[in-house]
Amino acid sequence: MTHPSPVFRPPSSGGLAIRVENLGKQYRIGTAPQKYRTLRESIVNVATWPLQRIRRGLAPSGVDHHDTIWALRDISFTVEQGSVLGVIGRNGAGKSTLLKVLSRVTEPTEGEVEIRGRVGSLLEVGTGFHPELTGRENIYLNGAILGMKRNEIDRKYDEIVDFSGVEQFIDTPVKRYSSGMYLRLAFAVAAHLEPEILVVDEVLAVGDAEFQRKCIGKMSDVAQEGRTVLFVSHDMSAILRLTEEAIVLEGGKVVYRAPTVEAVDYYMTSGFSEAGERKWEIDEVPDNAAPFRPVALRVRDAKQNNVDVVRSTEAIHLEVEYQLTEPIQGLRVGLYLMSARGEYVFTSFDTDEPEQYNQFGIRPVGHYRSICTIPPDLLNEGRYTVGINASSFRIKRYFMDERALTFTVDGMGAPGKQWAETRMGLMRPRLQWRIDKQ
Amino acid sequence: MKVGRLKVVFEPVTFNLQLATIMTETSLTKELLPETILLRPTRGWTALNLGDLWRYRELIYFLTWRDIKVLYKQTVLGAAWAVLRPVITMIVYSLIFGQLANLDSQGVPYPIFTYVALLPWQLFSKAMTDTGRSMVSNRNMITKIYFPRLVIPVATVLSGLVDFFIAFVILIGMMFYYKIPLTPAIWTLPLFLLLTMVTALGVGLWFSSLNVLYRDVGYVLPFLTEMWKYLTPVAYSAGYITGMWKIIYSLNPMAGVVEGFRWALLGIPLDPSANVTMSISIGVAIVVLVTGLFYFRRMERTFADMV
Repeated sequence: MTHPSPVFRPPSSGGLAIRVENLGKQYRIGTAPQKYRTLRESIVNVATWPLQRIRRGLAPSGVDHHDTIWALRDISFTVEQGSVLGVIGRNGAGKSTLLKVLSRVTEPTEGEVEIRGRVGSLLEVGTGFHPELTGRENIYLNGAILGMKRNEIDRKYDEIVDFSGVEQFIDTPVKRYSSGMYLRLAFAVAAHLEPEILVVDEVLAVGDAEFQRKCIGKMSDVAQEGRTVLFVSHDMSAILRLTEEAIVLEGGKVVYRAPTVEAVDYYMTSGFSEAGERKWEIDEVPDNAAPFRPVALRVRDAKQNNVDVVRSTEAIHLEVEYQLTEPIQGLRVGLYLMSARGEYVFTSFDTDEPEQYNQFGIRPVGHYRSICTIPPDLLNEGRYTVGINASSFRIKRYFMDERALTFTVDGMGAPGKQWAETRMGLMRPRLQWRIDKQ
Repeated sequence: MKVGRLKVVFEPVTFNLQLATIMTETSLTKELLPETILLRPTRGWTALNLGDLWRYRELIYFLTWRDIKVLYKQTVLGAAWAVLRPVITMIVYSLIFGQLANLDSQGVPYPIFTYVALLPWQLFSKAMTDTGRSMVSNRNMITKIYFPRLVIPVATVLSGLVDFFIAFVILIGMMFYYKIPLTPAIWTLPLFLLLTMVTALGVGLWFSSLNVLYRDVGYVLPFLTEMWKYLTPVAYSAGYITGMWKIIYSLNPMAGVVEGFRWALLGIPLDPSANVTMSISIGVAIVVLVTGLFYFRRMERTFADMV
């Protein structure tokens, strides 16, 4: 069976920019992230293949489901022309794979995607830049790689140089550039591609504030010109600022689609069973977490009740319950606290104190609870996400879940509550003030 | 594809390495209309889709230009390397095979006899090796951006031509020095050059696809190049091979190329059975290219996932 791919069709009259239908992308485990086979392994495989077949009880031929994972499955959605859609999800939810399929880097395994217009992506900023070539030469090379025509680059050349702010060094090899200059030039080329559909993936994570401002400015320009933008990010505040609507990916599926505010709220609060508690069933824990086995994460108030809402004026207890099936050397069990906008508030481990560190050099087999107490009057009101991390420093990360549980901090009785206003900042400490009269 | 739409303008090729005006203009109107692309899984053997390659011809140009531009960056001798390699090889061969072993050079001074063969051979071996590694060495582009992957091996083969033309200048000087007259067959030289490129691209395509899956290719290539060189009449005369062996020998397209170069440039007569052997060489080269193209297309869809 052969499908000529891609198929070029005359533009349809509908207002859709992207139509995704039952999209699936399957990877063979071990081949997906940068692993390759050697010829010898293949020869050995071929030679032992009949044996393996017999051992497996002559399972029906075809794909062996134990060796494959679906990075995306049954994904269907459409994007209207001129809209700005946010794509959110945890690491491994399939965001990057989705972008790779949409930008034609990799082929879908099933389903189909219809794309109207040129797709430009800001995930490939600087791809194909050659360190030995000058800034000028790289503009042309990179432009061509991104699919620009030569006369198009000629036309926009001055604008690109202007935007990049590196005109002084335009005839210097880019290997002599600072990383900031390099990034600015690369972004300038990508930003002038003028695609009908722009895909942006985490570029905001790199670069300085000035660069991020330019980046976001360019994205809003693109959106205002009636082109379509797909924005993938972990930065919830950027998603909230830039997109009207968002889809939430989870385990390779679209689990939620709504106006951004709702989608972000859904994402931040999803993934836990009971208020104030997150339990892990055995099949939820990856095999490579062993010998660490997380049992539960709980938020408790001063009276030791599991709660979803805690008062900022009281102590908050965060409790990690886990088992060790083997002793682990140098284990540290820790927590991340994150704001609703995705900013980290703190990271803390149970063996941070030298005393604990020395006592638990090797943590024996057993059932444990590590309890962290957040003192009263520390957090501002709002919604927070707790993440968990169990690792031995520089040896192994046994388990990590950056969004294990969320809870709300209520500001009743907090300092300054006599004024009904929202206070900026993540903290709401009770600080000492002295008012001196001269 | 409608032939009438294509406007091909032949211009004298100047090797101006600046961003010159070699590029052909494209009809703007066509590019401005958003087109709808349908992405679907493909299975098995697929069409070559050479039209897509044509649409990306500017990228071929820029990648070729990049490879040329970067080739001798940060070297002291620069482009002199293009001359030094064949010249030094020629000197060593002349001493060992010409003087000591006293191999027959079919009535032509041995140095020019072997230099004429070294030109296409070095073009071929470099193009084949570089192309074989090209998918892996351009990994970061392949995993991030869409473009017809075929662009990379094609550009890699083309960029090898620069060395060839630089070294060719020395050959012209040598022909004056040895007072070798031009032959009427000189016009066939571009055809033999084409045969070299077709063979290099064909073999290179096979290896570049295989290299994505099996990094063994990186070890196979230098070894293969060395063995292949012995099977090609670079240091010796093809006249040593006779009878039935001649047929088997001509399965190597580079044997045909070297004999062709010697015939077209030095006037060394071709073997009486040349019609048959040349046809075999050309046939093999075409088969390798076509199968290489289809295999490459077949593997292309997994490149971004596997490389």
